[in-house]
Amino acid sequence: MAIDFERTLGVHAQALRLRAQRAELIASNLANADTPNYLARDLDFKSTLAGYAGEGRLAWTAAGHVQPGAARAGEVLFREPTQRSIDGNTVEAEREKVLFAENSVQYSTTLKLLGSRIQGLMTAIRGE
Amino acid sequence: MSLFNVFNISGSALHAQTVRLNTTASNLANAEAASSSVGGTYRARQPVFQTVLYGGGVGDESSAGVGVADIVESEAPLRKEYRPEHPLADEDGYVFLPNVNPVDEFANMISASRSYQSSIEVVDASKQMLLRTLALGE
Repeated sequence: MAIDFERTLGVHAQALRLRAQRAELIASNLANADTPNYLARDLDFKSTLAGYAGEGRLAWTAAGHVQPGAARAGEVLFREPTQRSIDGNTVEAEREKVLFAENSVQYSTTLKLLGSRIQGLMTAIRGE
Repeated sequence: MSLFNVFNISGSALHAQTVRLNTTASNLANAEAASSSVGGTYRARQPVFQTVLYGGGVGDESSAGVGVADIVESEAPLRKEYRPEHPLADEDGYVFLPNVNPVDEFANMISASRSYQSSIEVVDASKQMLLRTLALGE
């Protein structure tokens, strides 16, 4: 019986990719903290992941059909600032730093989960 | 692997903030450089930041670095002082001094070094994340 990596790694492989994309977005926000008219961006992790997993989507039977509600998979959204600055920049550096830290912890968590799945496979392969 | 892009993004931010620090340094260095004419007087200069999109493809809008679009000179009026003993004084005894405001420059300097710091932290955290990814499954 062949090993189904897709099923073994589950949603974690996709989650890892999303976490990396989110790290990139937040790094962009921090890099542009002093750029006039820059709008801070982020992902809605939950709905994006659900979108990838195919949850909560309607059947797509005609070209004119539109998915309701949640953000499309991988769609980048603009952050709603608590206080817009006078140069049109919506980056709040402190908030972004906290979100970056949060995201990297979550990235590590996902890595750990992936790691244990792989460990499980290794154990099964070795049969020890 | 998109995490590698973080190095590009933060690298561009480090460069842009360095340019900003450099202009601040030259503004402060030239704050008292007198001249005998309006045209020959140093004017405070500031970089203008601009978002630089990497990737460029449709749907790949994640990476946005920062670049220096231009360096502009301040339009604020120059200081004109009556110093007839100054070797550079014009025939009426006036010298022109740069429109550098040291308070502005110091505030800019602190802001630039804070932004530089946070970019460094982002690079450091991303490096850790990548190294941990390399060790996956060990």
